[in-house]
Parts: sequence; structure tokens; C-alpha cells
Amino acid sequence: MLYLGATPLPRSAPNWPHRFAQLAAQSRVPLLQNYYATGMVSAQTPLVDAPLMALDLETTGLDPRCHGIVSIGIVPLTTTRIFSSEAKQWLVKPRFQLTSSSVKIHRITDSALEHAPDLLEVLPEFLAAIAGKVLIVHCADIERQFLAAAMQVRLQESIYFPVIDTMAIEAQWHRKTPMSLWQRLRKRQAVSIRLAASRARYGLPPYLPHHAVTDAMACAELFIAQVAHRYDTTTPLGSLWT
Amino acid sequence: MTMQQPELEIEQLEILSFLQRHSPFQELSGEEQRHLARQIDISYFRAGTTILEYNAPLTALYVIRSGVVETFRRNGDLYNRLSEGGIFGEQGLLRGKKVRFPAKALADTLIYLIPAQAFEQLFDQNEFFADYVEVGDAERRAEPRIGKAENHQLMSAKVTELIQRPAIMLPSNASIKAAALAMRAAGESCLLLTHPATPELIAGLITDRDLRNRVVAAALDPELPVSTIMTEQLVTVQANQFVFEAMLLMLRHNLHHLPVLTQQTPIGVIAIADMIRHESNNSLFIVSSIYQQQTVADLAQLQTAVQACFVRMVNEDANSQMIGSAMATIGRSFKQRLLELAEQRLGPPPIPYCFLALGSMARDEQLIVTDQDNALILDNRYDANLHDAYFAELAAFVCNGLAQCGYPLCSGHIMATNPQWRQPLRVWQHYFNDWLTQPTPEKLLQSNIFFDLDGVWGKTEWATQLNQQIVNTAPRSKLFLASMTRNALLRTPPLGFFQDFVMEEDGRQNDSLNIKRRGTAPMADLLRVYALSLGIDARSSYQRLTELTKRQLLPKGRAEDLRDAYEVIAMTRIRHQAAALQHKHVPDNNVRPAHLSEFERKHLKAAFLVLANAQKFLKFHFQA
Repeated sequence: MLYLGATPLPRSAPNWPHRFAQLAAQSRVPLLQNYYATGMVSAQTPLVDAPLMALDLETTGLDPRCHGIVSIGIVPLTTTRIFSSEAKQWLVKPRFQLTSSSVKIHRITDSALEHAPDLLEVLPEFLAAIAGKVLIVHCADIERQFLAAAMQVRLQESIYFPVIDTMAIEAQWHRKTPMSLWQRLRKRQAVSIRLAASRARYGLPPYLPHHAVTDAMACAELFIAQVAHRYDTTTPLGSLWT
Repeated sequence: MTMQQPELEIEQLEILSFLQRHSPFQELSGEEQRHLARQIDISYFRAGTTILEYNAPLTALYVIRSGVVETFRRNGDLYNRLSEGGIFGEQGLLRGKKVRFPAKALADTLIYLIPAQAFEQLFDQNEFFADYVEVGDAERRAEPRIGKAENHQLMSAKVTELIQRPAIMLPSNASIKAAALAMRAAGESCLLLTHPATPELIAGLITDRDLRNRVVAAALDPELPVSTIMTEQLVTVQANQFVFEAMLLMLRHNLHHLPVLTQQTPIGVIAIADMIRHESNNSLFIVSSIYQQQTVADLAQLQTAVQACFVRMVNEDANSQMIGSAMATIGRSFKQRLLELAEQRLGPPPIPYCFLALGSMARDEQLIVTDQDNALILDNRYDANLHDAYFAELAAFVCNGLAQCGYPLCSGHIMATNPQWRQPLRVWQHYFNDWLTQPTPEKLLQSNIFFDLDGVWGKTEWATQLNQQIVNTAPRSKLFLASMTRNALLRTPPLGFFQDFVMEEDGRQNDSLNIKRRGTAPMADLLRVYALSLGIDARSSYQRLTELTKRQLLPKGRAEDLRDAYEVIAMTRIRHQAAALQHKHVPDNNVRPAHLSEFERKHLKAAFLVLANAQKFLKFHFQA
């Protein structure tokens, strides 16, 4: 589809197909070579035609240097439909101890993870599932950093992939300008861009958080709601991905 | 590489928990729910956008996860408004997989999509699901029975139902005098005594008879502890046992009183009299006792028995026809007994007369909240100067008597006390001739009720004559039928329900619905017009429906649909009134959707639709 009109791509928009070609050539790990070799659609691809995959990681904490991944949830989608029937989840055994506070959050206990495989074992299946897909996540930094760290530890190589961040989209619409002194004096709360609060703005129901597939679904729903309200299905991918 | 991770049973947890909260999915088995949850996909629609377009191919059942959706008829009329848990597209899936009712998001809406194939599988394999989604099928739409734990047959009544009030209790170390005072204060013939140390356990029981035989006759000091005269080693019954078991216990041990316990805790005492009262809440007993009463005041006291009988019939799953005719029989008996009492008081009538019942009593479908509608036909020798004083007094006696017995005076003054409706036979014949041959809708609006007419006392053959006149003339009087039709279409059913509100055609919402004005009355009006047009003499809506079915006036299946719809609407009204009586509220006709189950609303909505369609057909039929 020809799209080079109304919404010009941001100058900083990355050229992911080009990047993937480079990475495929540079990588020394076959798993990652295959992943990059699948390629990536161009930045001009309209959203409606984009292959999308919502992703959520549950981790033992927030610091990728000392916390690990305990589960991965993915849900494929298009801008008009979420294929929750094709959702997948992997439980993986982190190389760090579970803390009691993280158990409280995910309700995943040591015993549940006792027989879970190491991330390394599920990587082929996971990478095959996300190959060629643009990932949709809420708060891209967490997913990027945790996956990169986990790969680094296991494959001695990082991983790079295109992401549309639903939290960044909310921030763009609600945090365009910093709060004025007056607003800060009045103790005006900034609009929350957390997942549940963002969903509520689009009339989406509250979901019980911290379950990887549920969170991925929640994020997928938020994204198609954002597209319905704020964009057009012809909006090019390049204006949203990073 | 091996995939040995412990498998979570299901990943679509939110979808599953949603299914577990909403009909018709919450009724599925756990396995069916999980299977279904795994097959669901999700869509989102911004407020104002179209979800389904007419005749587009349909691939899924649409379930509203959040938001509000409106569906429309082909002509653009609002068909339904749905919110969380609402489903749409089922009609289309069942009929050619094309969209029948286009849909639009009224608010931002998240939809769970159940693939057509999964829908069909459930429809074929799960009867409840099929019943729920397929409301067009007459057989399945019949009476909803969900939510009733059991059938309250006579033999299945539980002991708890007999307990009138909580037990009165004293510790057994209280004095005999204190016990007697407590019984007097409570007006009870029996007192439970508890262990002084453990007041939740019963130690014994005393009755009036014990005070007579063991205290007074034995000249015992009333200051002694009551434990000296109490009966110990009591036979008791558990609250959840059946009435017939309690009855057998009392017979076997020759008991007049039986303590009722839940586990060890006493909750009441039942007496022989309670058993008799229980059995006597049936309509035959009431009818026979009506004829035994000697004064209006005595008759008025039977009101509570009438209400108890009504509630009991509802609880025993009687249908609306049984309840309606039992109540009409009781109402008729009140009238007849009042007329007997009036004649005793005023002396024999100077000329013969016939007392008429009109409206629901004449149709044999009376309920508990019902105005009295009646009239008097007098002999043609009637001379106002000679006779009117007598009949005016007779009418006043009966109408006021009925009012005391729970049948309020008719606000439209359609009563024998109104001189216009206390006339000789020839005047009545003239009235009917005028209504039938020179009708206007305005004239007939008031006289509508006279076309359901029944003689209950005296020269009932005159009532038959008037009915014959109607049956002979009505079918030939096009103008009459058209006027009646126009009046019959004045009251229409609502469109359906939205959340806890009643939805009107124009999208307005109300929180309650007059089920008589919007349901049973327009239904009766409609059937009356058809009956009159065919010269059918039957007056009850059921008989009229049966005759209509026989004559195949309506398209195939429609009469059966109407019968089911009538039953659903009438039973909703009846249950509403029974519930009010049970909660000691004043029964009325205002049904609040908030008090209906999702299942009842669905059935009621379907019944309203049948009624609305029948009204359209009636209009077309008589060119009103």
C-alpha cells in the first residue's frame, strides 16, 4: 500500500528491515541468525497489514542485572482482532532465587517452577513465534532489557527487535507538556499511564494483572483501542515503532 | 529440545472467569467453559462505530465483555440494547450465518468472539445453552424453571414453612408463674424451657394443658421451678424435615406440639393447628369456608387465607390458568355469599335479577390485585320508583363488602352501584346493540370490559342471552371490530430490558414496568378481538387461544407462540405478586427488571416480541 502522505515518518524512526539484515550477518548464534533472517516488514507498512504480537514478561523484580524471567506470554493480533485463542505461555526457571514479594505478585511459586525449563530450552519455540513480528508491549524498556540480559547470559549476545510501546503512546497523548508550576502547586496528579489506568480510559475492563498471557492480552486490547481512537489503520508502522 | 514445563491448565484466565460469571456460559460444565475460553478471540469497537452490517457473513457469536451495543431491525428500528454479558448475532448464526440484526457500539466496546463452529457445538450438545439462545422456538420458550431448587409438591413442603414465629423460651429454673406469664404475654399455648447452664439447648416443654393438669388440678405452688412440671425427653423434628414426617411423628407419639430444631438449636414449635392451617391454604377449603361466614367482617378475615392460597399455588408450580381460575372461583364465591347475606338482610328481591361479573373474573383469570367490576341486570318489569331503592342498597352492600374482602372499588365506576350499570335486560340489549352497530373507539374504550361478561347469581340465563347477542352480531360488524382493534393497540409491550431498565421503542428507559398494562391486558384485548370476530363464545384467554388455534386464523405456529408468551407474561405478574405477599409488601403490578433474573428477562423480552408482532398482525387483519 502506498503511504507517503499525511503522517510523515519521524526522522528518528529506525529502519528495522535494514537493521535485521545487518544483525543476521553479524550474529554468531544460529538461533538469533534465524530470527533476524526471517526479516521485518518496512516502516511504511500500514498498521492494518502489520504482523503484530503482544508480549509480556513476568520477572522476579525490576532490575535485569539481578532479577530473572519467570514467565513469557504472547498473543498474536491485528489492528482489528486479537487471536487470544492462539495465546501461548511459557513458565521458565529463573537463574536467580524467587523472592517472596515476587511470588506474591505472580502467584508463581518455587514448586510451580521446580520442573520448569531454563529459558534457553524454550528459546527456539519463543523466537520462532515472534520472528517477523512487531512486538506490542506496555513499557518497552522492561521487556527489552530483560530479554537482552537473559540472552547475554545464555548466548553471550544481546537481542534487538522492533517494539510498539502502548505506554509511550499514552505518554505522548497525556504528557505532551510537562506540568506547569501551577499544576504542581495544586498537586494535580499527572494522568496515569500504567496499564490498568490507560485501559480504563478506553472503556476496557479491569483484568487481574501479573499473569503473562493476561497482561499480553490486556496490552493487545489497549493497543487496538488506541488505534481505533487515535490512529488510522493506514497509519504507517514507522510512526509508532521504536 | 524438550518442552517439559508444567502446563497451566488454561492461559485465557480472564476469558474463563468472565464466562463463569455470565449466562448462558456460567451454566456450562467446567470442561466446556475451559474449552470455550480457549477458542475465543477479541475485538474492540469505538463508540459510534458499526459492529455488524445487515446481511454480512457472520462467523462468530458476539459477547459483550465491556461496553454497550445496540442492535437494529432492517428498517432501522431499535431491536435491543445490550451491555456486559449481552450476546448478539445468535439469530444470524442459527439462520444462514448472515447478520440479521445490524449492531452498533453505543459506547467503547470490547467483544469476545465465539467462533461459529464452537457456538454450533454448544448449541447441539448443551440443552441449556440452546434454550438460552434460541428464543424463537416455542417449545423451548415455555416456562423458565431455573432457579427453583425443588418442586414444592404437597408432600415436599418442609417443616420450616409451618413455623409462624420464633419460639418463646425460658430457663427451666424460672417459676411456674413466670412461665405462665410469658405464655400469656406471647399468646402461646406452649413454652420451651432451656438448661439454665446452656441456654441454647432445650430441657423440656410445657403446655396449657400441663398448667391445668399438673399445677391447678394438683394444687401445686406456682412459685416452684417450672422444671418440676415440664415434659422432658422431647420428641423433636429437624427444620429441614418434611411436613409429612412431622405429621407422622405427632400421630405416632400422640403429640399436640412438636419442637423444631436446626441441629440442637430450637427455632420454633409447631402445633396440630399449624398442620391444619397448612392444609387449609387450598382453594377448595377457602371456597367452602366462604359459604360458612355469617357477616361481612368474617368474610373479610378470609383475605389472608386467600393470599396464602395464592402464594402456595405459585410455590407449588401451578400454571397461570390454574391460579387464575382458582382466584376467580374464590372471587365469585365472595360475591355469591355477599348476595346471600344481602338478601337475608333486605328480604327477597321484588323482581328477579342477575348479578354480573366482568373483566378478569368473567375470563376466569383473576389475580390478587384486582378491582371489582360488576353490574346488575334487572327484570324487564323494573320500575325505578318501586324497585330501585332495593337494588341500590343490594349493590352497595355487595360492592362495599367486596371492598372489605380485598377487591377495591372500581375507579371507573363499572359497578352495580352505578345506576347506568343497574338496568333492566332490554336496556342492556340496547346498550350492546348500540356498541355493536354504531361503534366509535371512544365509546368502546369504556365498554370494552362488558365484552367479557359472566352471570354469577340469579337469572344467569340473561347473561347468556347478552353473550349470544354479542356472538351473533360482532363477526358481521366491521366497524365494531376495527374500533375494538384500535383500542386493543393503545397499550403496547416494551421493547425489552437494558441492565436494570425497561427499554421502550424510542430508546427511553424506565426502572419499572406495569406488567398488567403492558402485558396481560393488551394480550387479553387482542384475544378478545379475535374471539369476537370469529363469534367464539369462550371467555378465558386460554379457551380463546384454543379456539383460535383450531380455526387456523393465525399463521402456523403463531397461536402456540401466543400461548407461551401469555404464560410467560402472566406468570411473571403472578410471581411478582406472590413475592410481594411473602415479603409482606402490598402486591402491585409494577415489576422491576432489577428483581428479575437474566433468564426471566430473556423470556419476558421474547414474549413481548411475540405480543408486539401479534398486535401488528391484528392491525393488518382488521385494517384499524
